[in-house]
Amino acid sequence: MNKEYFSTIYALAKKELSSYFNSPIAYIFIGAFLIVGNWLFFNSFFLVGQVSMRDYFAILPWLFLFLSPAITMRLWAEEKKSGTIEFLLTLPITDWQAVLAKFFSALIFVAVVLLLSFSLPITLANIGSLEWGPVIGGYIGGLLLAGAYLALGLFISAMTKNQIIAFILALAACFGFFVVGADFVLVSAPQFAAPVMKFLGLGSHFYNVAKGVIDTKDLFYYISFIFFFLWLNARVISQRNWQ
Amino acid sequence: MIEIKDLVKRFGETTVLDHISFTVNKGEVLGFLGPNGAGKTTTMKIITSFWGASEGSVKIDGLEVADNSIATRKKVGYLPEMVPLYEEMRVDEYLSFIAEIRQVEKDKRKERIKTVVSMCGLEKVVDRPIEELSKGYRQRVGLAQAILHDPEILILDEPTTGLDPNQIVEIRDLIKKLGQEKTVIFSTHILSEVSATCDRVIIINNGKIVGEGSPDELTRKAGIKEYLTLAVRGEKFAVVEKIRSLDNVANVELKKFEDGVVHIEIEPTEGHDPREAVMKIVIESGWGIVEFSQKQQSLEDVFRALTK
Repeated sequence: MNKEYFSTIYALAKKELSSYFNSPIAYIFIGAFLIVGNWLFFNSFFLVGQVSMRDYFAILPWLFLFLSPAITMRLWAEEKKSGTIEFLLTLPITDWQAVLAKFFSALIFVAVVLLLSFSLPITLANIGSLEWGPVIGGYIGGLLLAGAYLALGLFISAMTKNQIIAFILALAACFGFFVVGADFVLVSAPQFAAPVMKFLGLGSHFYNVAKGVIDTKDLFYYISFIFFFLWLNARVISQRNWQ
Repeated sequence: MIEIKDLVKRFGETTVLDHISFTVNKGEVLGFLGPNGAGKTTTMKIITSFWGASEGSVKIDGLEVADNSIATRKKVGYLPEMVPLYEEMRVDEYLSFIAEIRQVEKDKRKERIKTVVSMCGLEKVVDRPIEELSKGYRQRVGLAQAILHDPEILILDEPTTGLDPNQIVEIRDLIKKLGQEKTVIFSTHILSEVSATCDRVIIINNGKIVGEGSPDELTRKAGIKEYLTLAVRGEKFAVVEKIRSLDNVANVELKKFEDGVVHIEIEPTEGHDPREAVMKIVIESGWGIVEFSQKQQSLEDVFRALTK
């Protein structure tokens, strides 16, 4: 772990990020995210008439559910399909560096998108008095949740050459992890499994953070979730058992 | 420089490389020859640590590749088969990305990229996206990428496939030029390429090394005999008999008799050259000469003999 280690990750992540913005995908993504998010939010905003972002953060996980797999689907699958992975993995970089670079480039991209959506709380703050605590919590929670989705999606992308398969499987997996801790699932879950499921669910942790209460338990959960799937990802990449 | 010892690679039940051993010395250009699926690419992928070996050892400068993968990768420039490149990047973007990853010093990057671009003849396309380039230019971008960090070792997997004859000559000249100061291993199944560029050849078949040496040595080792072909206007039996009776002629074979022209193949005795004697007898007998040539000893025959 030295300067060289991180400058390599930086160079890889930079290349990855610039390839998002070189393709129309990034702009479609940002456009879709902002339009759909704002539309869903303002749909009910004027009915309820409350200056609060709570509804927005209720929608956010569902937006990410579709958009995160769209970011991660190509990250490994495309490299495998086009063969550039052979070139990438014979550069003097470790598998971990490659995985981290891809993960952070995706995370930075999501952070940029979230930053653009900041127009919303700014607008609200002008309309009425906005309580900033839950807003900041919501954004931090959103970024952590996105990190978890991205780590999971990236891992799935490493297992296939087909971007569509990577997208659909990542969507299904993210959905599974999101709802496993949701109340409507827990109701019908067996008594002994419910607490475990609640802890495993990405959703329950998100709503904790989005309330503005940043508990170390939730932070720990997200970071280990992300680390676990990045670790699996590095394992898959180091196997290189594709032809 | 590169030492490979008892290298074995298995994929499940199939053995792709079966105890391969060879060394490549510093400054040598080694041609890696073999039919498709012989194990050339696999060997290269192991040297560049894309794949691990099932058994055996690969050492670069005394460093075991499996244990010092990052250090050995830094010494190597690699052009994979089919030249996978990041299509959406521009040539200059791509090269500066490589320069950054390859830790070319920041203040020397621009200079180095410029040098490589002119070496590989990429001046015209530096600002174009890679996806728009022709096959020949892609190949050159691949080469530029491989030599950018000025590695001591170059591993080129079929660098001339899919190119037209002019491009082949250009790439070959480039390899020859690079080979003057670098250790090069390149694989091919175009044989003329090997005799044109290589100091040494390794022929591999079914995961085993079946021949090794300079192109000349290989021809000798393969036991392929040299022939003289002669076509003269004359009487069939007289021609065969007279030439067979010469010294230094081991055997004469009548190939064809057509329109009064006798076509024969002359096999010289080991290490002797009967050409002058043959010529003399042809003139003395007054046969009209149509053709007299020494059959080129070709690597193609060696290749076929060894990989059958």
